[in-house]
Amino acid sequence: MSKKLMLAAVLAGALAGAANLDKATAGSGPDVSHFTLSNGLEVVVVPDHRAPVVTHMIWYKVGAADETAGKSGLAHFLEHLMFKGTEKNPGASFSQDVNEIGGQENAFTSSDYTGFFQRVPREHLKEMMALEADRITGLVLTDEVVRPELNVVLEEQNMRVANNPGARLGEQMDAALYLNHPYGRPVIGWRHEIEKLDRDQALAFYRHFYTPNNAIVVVAGDVTADEVKADAEETYGKVPERTPSNPRQRPTEPAQEAPRTVTLADSRVEQPSVSRNYLVPSETSAKPGESEALEVLAHVLGTGEDCRLYRTLVVDKGIALSTGAYYSGTALDYGKFGFFGTPKPGVSLHQLEDGIDAVLDDVVQHGITADELDRAKNRLIADAVYAQDNQATLARWYGSALATGQTVDMVRGWPDRIHAVTADAVQQAARTWLDRRQSVTGYLVKSLQPQESHQESHS
Amino acid sequence: MNKFVPERHRPFIFGAVLTIALPCVALLTALPARATTIERVRSPGGIEAWLVHEPAVPLIAVDFAFVGGAVQDAPGKAGTANLATSLLDSGAGDLDSKAFQDRLERKAIEMNFSAERDNVRGAMRTLTENRDEAFDLLRLAVTSPRFDAADVELNRAQIMSMLRRETTSPGDIASRRWWETAFQGHPYGRPVNGTTESLPGIGIDDLKAYTHRVLARSNLKIAVVGDIDAETLKPLLDRVFGALPAKPELTPIENVTPQGLGRRIFVSLDVPQAVVDFGGPGIGRKDPDFMTAYVVNHILGGGSSDSRLYHEVREKRGLAYSVSDSLVWLDHSALFLGGTATRADRSGETVDLIEKEIHRLAEDGPTAVELAEAKNYLNSSFVLNLDTSTKIAGMLVQLQLDDLGADYFTARSAMIGAVTLDGAKRVAKRLLDNGMLVTVVGKPAGVASTTPN
Repeated sequence: MSKKLMLAAVLAGALAGAANLDKATAGSGPDVSHFTLSNGLEVVVVPDHRAPVVTHMIWYKVGAADETAGKSGLAHFLEHLMFKGTEKNPGASFSQDVNEIGGQENAFTSSDYTGFFQRVPREHLKEMMALEADRITGLVLTDEVVRPELNVVLEEQNMRVANNPGARLGEQMDAALYLNHPYGRPVIGWRHEIEKLDRDQALAFYRHFYTPNNAIVVVAGDVTADEVKADAEETYGKVPERTPSNPRQRPTEPAQEAPRTVTLADSRVEQPSVSRNYLVPSETSAKPGESEALEVLAHVLGTGEDCRLYRTLVVDKGIALSTGAYYSGTALDYGKFGFFGTPKPGVSLHQLEDGIDAVLDDVVQHGITADELDRAKNRLIADAVYAQDNQATLARWYGSALATGQTVDMVRGWPDRIHAVTADAVQQAARTWLDRRQSVTGYLVKSLQPQESHQESHS
Repeated sequence: MNKFVPERHRPFIFGAVLTIALPCVALLTALPARATTIERVRSPGGIEAWLVHEPAVPLIAVDFAFVGGAVQDAPGKAGTANLATSLLDSGAGDLDSKAFQDRLERKAIEMNFSAERDNVRGAMRTLTENRDEAFDLLRLAVTSPRFDAADVELNRAQIMSMLRRETTSPGDIASRRWWETAFQGHPYGRPVNGTTESLPGIGIDDLKAYTHRVLARSNLKIAVVGDIDAETLKPLLDRVFGALPAKPELTPIENVTPQGLGRRIFVSLDVPQAVVDFGGPGIGRKDPDFMTAYVVNHILGGGSSDSRLYHEVREKRGLAYSVSDSLVWLDHSALFLGGTATRADRSGETVDLIEKEIHRLAEDGPTAVELAEAKNYLNSSFVLNLDTSTKIAGMLVQLQLDDLGADYFTARSAMIGAVTLDGAKRVAKRLLDNGMLVTVVGKPAGVASTTPN
């Protein structure tokens, strides 16, 4: 079993535009409860009584952006080490317990949060809470288990990044997009820094950030708020706060004045592609209505086969094989708005990029139609209904929102806010945020031949 | 998820399920999910679907399969089924591609078609309020796809682009080499997506001929889950599928066992991490030893962190991030198939270790404790497959494809329970003592090709 499936989703999500899939709603859906224990731990309960199953997650408000410079990958490495046992539950006994009851478990790390979850038959929820509560402060690490795990993480880096030219370009693009903010670091870490991580660094990071007052527990499934509350008090409630939690203040971006371009050449690239990311507000940092407008904009421009980019460039002009756009907004400090495209054989990345820019410019100049607005809103709100079919999806949505500074009410109200988006707001968002000076454009090519290099020629 | 194993062959259907009663026509089977029951619904036109009526969320999920997938591609035209199915939602009936996609988008209707080796799969999901339009669009897609030239050429170009990318992807190379070696000369040896040589030769006539031959009623398995009851569903089944031919025209496919056992095939590629596929003959779905083999395989490399391969390769030595294997049952063969990815300079060591562990399990069998834990896990975890409509629908189609009736449901938990240590030892030997075919793609360090014995 790979313990980091969701890290992949988080990493890929930014590139693949999975933002919409994460959207669910409580507006017309389950009756979500939210409370805080006396030690500061927040709890969210999302009832779904269709199957006798629960998804139990704990989200720590710490991620790669909270690492000390020079120790990239530490948050993710610690996530792996959290499976190595505590004084009370040594070795793999947590995982063994999960296996014994027929459960599934995994964990994930992003720039802003680190999460752990189990999916188990409902009657085992309290056991899971007790084990997870013990793991908040009880971790025990020896070099004997830390060293092989560092090799596992290095193989994970090989698999996700080093073996994959597109992922390597993505890392370079992030590093170029953020001039000052730590979102420019890969969540998995830079390889030369991962190689130097060790037990002491992991434990210091753990002691600083893993405390009940820095965590959110989300329980989705066949449960009631009352029983979860009682069980949470008896398990999580017993864990004392060990460090005060401070507001997360990371370095912020200066005025970005120059468009950046990054070209990655690898002889294995058989299909060149172009992509661009713009620095935009996140759902947490945006002004009211702004992130919702960006969400609608991304949908109209680049989701599905009925969007502007696909219609114009794939179907009508026939210069692209694929293209799309996305808004990745679930983050504490900044969001990303981006597009990607792969050209048809015989079409240069230049030509395709110009075609994409023309589609973007048209929206900036003329806005979107009322019909496009309605269609996008209907689809986004429907996605929230579809999300109700999956308790794990709902749990992830609430957890990621709360771990990045949103509230339960913000999550609940998302469909209503999407409904309120106007065509003017979408055009305004495009005008404000599709600013090349705050962007990085990436080219994935086979070799740096003159006709394929865009470093000098495009500004 | 093991990348080598088609979703449909994931062994998700084994666990505790109780049958309540089988009154007259409708067959009701209780899943452990409390009030969840399966109804076998038969339309006036004689089309059957397995239904779970669950009105709690206002949506409907439909999943179905036509037996006869990529194995039905004509010789030299590998990729026909894949290209044809990719086009089913690109224009149908009076609606060209643009109009069809527009209708789906406006109503947020999701529709997907895909080709597997043995089956063509389809899935549709809609909000209840758009039910009638969704079923109508599904009817058009299944019964009157257009295959307009522009759409065919676009999809062909997209697939060609993907095939070119696969030529330098270590995972794809490892998998292709495994299948083409194991099933040389058999349709299973051909890539489902086709090749850069075969794809240009597929004409619109081939696509039309394929769908005409394969999309029929007698080889169709349907599951419906969600906010729809049996009486509402019955006429919709006829509306969607009623115009299909009664019977398919399938080319007979020979049963086959994998070849190349004992071989290691090394493919040189300049990547930091080597990708390894390994596997050998499995045990068929209808074989009396199947359930025992399934338990044994769980102990070897099934999905949990308790497996021997996970423990030895990842936990103890840090050689890989992921390692696992699965039983794969096809209509005309059976396999166990696994994979890992490991650093180039230790790929030989990793392959040796996997072979050693497989040999050890074949020789000594599992321990009593391992067996008890595996049986317990496989029974207890079943309920996790029942918490979304799409998961349940996929499971119900697989049950039908595997020809597992409701009486089998009742027995299954007990069948896992009945696996004995002696039986597990015997079947471990039977399953794992045949030698393996291994493909390794990476830098030439630590491993070399061997020739057939």
